[in-house]
Amino acid sequence: MCGNEAMAEAAIQAGLDAYFGYPITPQNEVTAYMSQRMSEEKRVFVQSESELAAINMVFGAAATGKRTMTSSSSPGISLMQEGISYLAAAELPCVIVNVMRGGPGLGNIAPSQGDYFQSVKGGGHGDYHCIVFGPSSVQEFADIMPLAFDLADKYRIPAIILADGILGQMMEPVVIPTNSKLNTHKLKLPKKDWALTGADGRKQNIVRSLWLAEGAVEQHNYDLQAKYRQIEKNETRCEQSDVDDADIIIVAYGICARIARRAAQQAREQGIKVGCIRPITLWPFPSEQISKAADKSPIFLVVEMSCGQMVEDVRLAVAGKTPVVFWGRPGGGIPTVEKILEKIEQLTIKPKK
Amino acid sequence: MQTVFKRTPTLKDYPTHYCPGCGHGIAHRLVCEVIDELGIHGKTIGIAPVGCAVLAYDYFDVDMVEVAHGRAPAVATGMKRTNPDKIVFSYQGDGDLAAIGTAEIIHAAHRAEQLTVIFINNAVFGMTGGQMAPTTMLGQITATTPQGRQADGQGYPLNVSELLAVLPGAIYVERCGLCSPAHIRKAKAALKHAFELQINNAKGLSLVELLSPCPTYWRMTPPDSMLYIQNEMTKVFPLGKLKG
Ligand SMILES: Cc1ncc(C[n+]2csc(CCOP(=O)(O)OP(=O)(O)O)c2C)c(N)n1
Ligand code: SF4
Ligand SMILES: [Mg+2]
Repeated sequence: MCGNEAMAEAAIQAGLDAYFGYPITPQNEVTAYMSQRMSEEKRVFVQSESELAAINMVFGAAATGKRTMTSSSSPGISLMQEGISYLAAAELPCVIVNVMRGGPGLGNIAPSQGDYFQSVKGGGHGDYHCIVFGPSSVQEFADIMPLAFDLADKYRIPAIILADGILGQMMEPVVIPTNSKLNTHKLKLPKKDWALTGADGRKQNIVRSLWLAEGAVEQHNYDLQAKYRQIEKNETRCEQSDVDDADIIIVAYGICARIARRAAQQAREQGIKVGCIRPITLWPFPSEQISKAADKSPIFLVVEMSCGQMVEDVRLAVAGKTPVVFWGRPGGGIPTVEKILEKIEQLTIKPKK
Repeated sequence: MQTVFKRTPTLKDYPTHYCPGCGHGIAHRLVCEVIDELGIHGKTIGIAPVGCAVLAYDYFDVDMVEVAHGRAPAVATGMKRTNPDKIVFSYQGDGDLAAIGTAEIIHAAHRAEQLTVIFINNAVFGMTGGQMAPTTMLGQITATTPQGRQADGQGYPLNVSELLAVLPGAIYVERCGLCSPAHIRKAKAALKHAFELQINNAKGLSLVELLSPCPTYWRMTPPDSMLYIQNEMTKVFPLGKLKG
């Protein structure tokens, strides 16, 4: 199975009630797969007229308490930003998959990590966050789906899966996590008593993002921020390897992290002590873990398929304790093990006295 | 003493924020009366637009959502597809439905979504200060047509209902005017029919356009606004059933 299909099936197994989407490469497998499987499961599939419509269909289904998702690639995700801001403001749970491609503009259909800023810093208007995952294998792409739905429900927040064209298209053996509708991750999910189900024998429910009373939106923002602090505390996930004795620590996520890991292993074989930190959640960002690793003064090398976006968060976490160096390739260029090794070797050259 | 008129239960007892003579208040009452007469209060979900009616949930005592400007038909699609047993309606102005949300309404009709759409055509953007809407009349003075709307450069009034009526997925389209007691009674009958179709699981979208006074930005008294609808607006937006 390719990553796109594995993720789609995992979403169905996670209890997805409704999928809405508009075709775009490199994630067309998702729309095609969903059109077949969702009808087999007698669940909802709609090919929308645009990504603007798709995200608002998600908004509608989410407002009634259903598990719902959409998927797209970079240009389509840009169109969804209005909707994502409204989803965040109205605190509606949903999952949005971005199989990133080269940008800006129409760019190309090659894999990229150019939408990091858009995903973790907001993207739409207003002060908000979505939980953002950066899976690095087809298996993880699938495994993250039930978790993403559960966390979205638990915190009433949109969850974004930030994948790239390689992960979407790559074929790997994968075990789909099944029957995870409830509590796979041992979460006790709150009841959706806010959902719009018809005010039959109860008071009217309202899902909104507008408050005109003085100070009301200010307060709403403080409430959202309090929730974000909880998520930062409870849900930050990252993988660390060979970090303790490392002179160089590579920070990379997604498919880049796999390439970086290989380079780190080869560097070790050459006697250079390289470790890796791989953020699994990009928001919340593993700042604490990186800050702690920075205490031992390794050099940080951040590798991305972009001109350097996540590197800004690494710098914030390192806070000047030790140098942070960036290397990456934008617009569909894929970093190679050799190139990363070359970078590592450069970093080991001692300056002449 | 005999009660000859009382507020229908679904219309909340809430001080109005609408201007005197505004059509939104009339439209709200009609929709609430229809909901109560059809006995669907407990299974109805309403969608408020961005426009003067953005706070519609302060008046309608049903489950309601407020959505981005123009996106109501897409949101309604997500709701109705996942909750076919519920009655879903959107309430949208002419900026919401006929300008920024044109794609969403056309495609909801095109897909034959089982929805009821209430379309308030007051020929202006009321909420933002009375700017030109696609439905603004030729010669009409608005905040952005200070010399009156000219066809050359600003286009002709857009007849969205006529556009929608040609789509097979739109099963019922009628235009009514909130411009006299008799017209208002007709409008109520049309709204009722639009909801009944959804209740009876009719396969498609029903829409009632209501020509609605905006005395504030038409710079007219409420009675003159009603006469303006009867004598002028109906020439461009003829009343009656367009489909179904
Ligand atoms: C994306 C976006 N653009 C613009 C606006 C500003 N805006 C609010 S209401 C409105 C027009 C409303 O006009 P209409 O739909 O005719 O409703 P009315 O107030 O006349 O009932 C506009 C342009 C907005 N809220 N969102
Ligand atoms: S501005 Fe016009 S549409 Fe808005 S409340 Fe006043 S009269 Fe009604
Ligand atoms: Mg208007």
